Amino acid sequence: MDFTTFLIQLLNAVQYGLLLFLVASGLTLVFGIMGIINLAHGSFYMLGAYMAFVLTSMTGNLLLTILIGIPLALAFGAALEALLFTHLYKRNHLDQVLLTYGLILIFEELRSLTVGDDVHGVPVPEMFSMSIPLSDTLSYPVYRLVISAVCLLLALGLYLLIQRTRLGMMIRAGSHDRDMVQALGININGLYRTVFAIGVALAALAGMLAAPISSVYPGMGGGVLIISFVIVVIGGIGSVWGALVAALVIGFADTFGKVFMPDMAGLTVYLVMALVLLWRPEGIFRKG
Amino acid sequence: MSEVLLEARGLHTYYGLSHILRGVDFTIRKGEALGLMGRNGMGKTTLIRSMLGLVKPAGGSVSVRGVNVTGAPTYRIVRHGLAYVPEGRGIFPNLSVRENLLMSARAGVDGQRAWTFERVLELFPRLAERINNGGGQLSGGEQQMLTIGRALMTNPDLLILDEATEGLAPLLMKEIWRVIGEIQKSDIATVIVDKNHSAVTAVTDRSMILVKGQVVFDGPSAEVRGDPELIQRHLGV
Repeated sequence: MDFTTFLIQLLNAVQYGLLLFLVASGLTLVFGIMGIINLAHGSFYMLGAYMAFVLTSMTGNLLLTILIGIPLALAFGAALEALLFTHLYKRNHLDQVLLTYGLILIFEELRSLTVGDDVHGVPVPEMFSMSIPLSDTLSYPVYRLVISAVCLLLALGLYLLIQRTRLGMMIRAGSHDRDMVQALGININGLYRTVFAIGVALAALAGMLAAPISSVYPGMGGGVLIISFVIVVIGGIGSVWGALVAALVIGFADTFGKVFMPDMAGLTVYLVMALVLLWRPEGIFRKG
Repeated sequence: MSEVLLEARGLHTYYGLSHILRGVDFTIRKGEALGLMGRNGMGKTTLIRSMLGLVKPAGGSVSVRGVNVTGAPTYRIVRHGLAYVPEGRGIFPNLSVRENLLMSARAGVDGQRAWTFERVLELFPRLAERINNGGGQLSGGEQQMLTIGRALMTNPDLLILDEATEGLAPLLMKEIWRVIGEIQKSDIATVIVDKNHSAVTAVTDRSMILVKGQVVFDGPSAEVRGDPELIQRHLGV
C-alpha cells in the first residue's frame, strides 16, 4: 500500500470511528446513567438518515435539514422518554429489551408505511462537494473531512458539558445515587429526559451526516446498533471518553481489517472486542 | 409561635408487609432544634424518608410551610427549604469535593444565599485542603463534613441529620457536634437523629421518642435528660 492510499484509509477510519461515536455516546450515557438497555437506539440513527432524505428533498439543503432535524430529534427523544422510557428505570433488563425491541419493529413499520422500502440517496451539500487531490489519480472528498470535524467538535462539547458544567455534575451524580440527587432538590426525571433527548439527537445527527455517504435504506439502524454496543462495552459502560477511544479503535479495526484481511473483514471488530475484554473485562475506561 | 416548617399527620408507612410507621404526628418550627430518638428499627429513618417523599406513605399527610406535599416528588418537597444528610452519608464518590458542593448550590426559599462555597469551606477547613480530591478518597469524617456542607449549599431553613456521627472517631464526633452547634446559631432548624441521647438532648430544645412506629414521647429535651427511667425504658440497650 502506498502512502496516499494509506492516508485515505486513515482518514476514512477516523471519520467512520467519529461517526460511530455520535451514536455510541448516547447509548453509553443512557445505559450507564439511567441503566437502560435501549435496543431502539439504532432506530434514531435511521430516523436521522430518513429525515435527511425527506427534508433535503423538500428544502434542497442538507444544512437546513440538520438545523430543522436536531430540534425535531430532541423533541422526539423527550416525548419518547416521557411516554415510555420513564416507566423502565425500575424495571429489569428483560422488560427493557422487550419494549425497545418492540420499538424497532414499530419504527421500521412506520418507515415502511411512510417512506417505503426503497433505497435512497442524499446529495452531498454543494459547498462541500469538492475533493482534495492527493496524487495524480487519488483525491479525498471534503465532505468526509467536514463530518470528522463536526464530530470532533461535538465530542469536545460533550466532554465539556459532562466534566465542566453543573448539569454534567448532576448527571454524573445521578448515575451514582438517584435518590440523593433528588433529595438535594434536583429534578432527576427532567435530568434523565434531557440526557435521553441529547442521546437521540446525537444518533439522529449521525444519521443525517452519514446519509450522503452511505445511502438511506431499510434496517440501516441494526448494523449501527450492534457496532455501537461493541463500542460501549469496549469503552466501559457509561464512559463518554471511553466511547470516543473505543469508537476510533473500531473505526481503525473495521477500515484496515477490510484492507488487510478482506476475507475476514466482518470478524476484525469482534476480534478486537474479545482482545480488549481479555485485557480489561470492564472496558478500557471504567465508569467513573 | 414561629412558622411551622415541616409537619406530618397520622403517617403510616409499610415496607412490604411490615407496618413501620403507625400513625406518627410530627411538627418542627422555624429555628427549632429537635432530637428524634428511638432504638434501631423503630422508624426514625423511615419517618424522615416518608416526609421527604423518598418512601411513599400509605396513609396520612405531609405539609411544608402549610403547603400539602403528600405524594409530591422529593425534589419539590425539599425545595421548600429542607436539606437532608442521610445515614451512611451519600456523597458522590465519582465527583470531586468541589463538584459535590457546587452541584447542589441554590438560593434558599426567600432567595437568600447565606451559605456560599467560601463560607462552607470556612466551616470545614479540612474540605478546603481536599477540594480537588475525589469524594471517594475522603475519610469517613471528611465525607460526613462534605455531606453537611453539600446540604448547607442549598441554603436550607431545616437541616435533617440522620446519624451524622455514626462510626466516627471521638475527636471527629466532637467536631461534628461543634459544627451542628454553629449551624443552629445561624437560625437553621435542625432535626437530629443520633444514638448518643445525652448529646442529642444537650443540643436540642425538644425531643421525640419513637417506639415501634409510634410517638411515645414529645416534649422538652430537658425532661428526657432528667428522667433516667424514660431513657432506660425506650432508649437503653
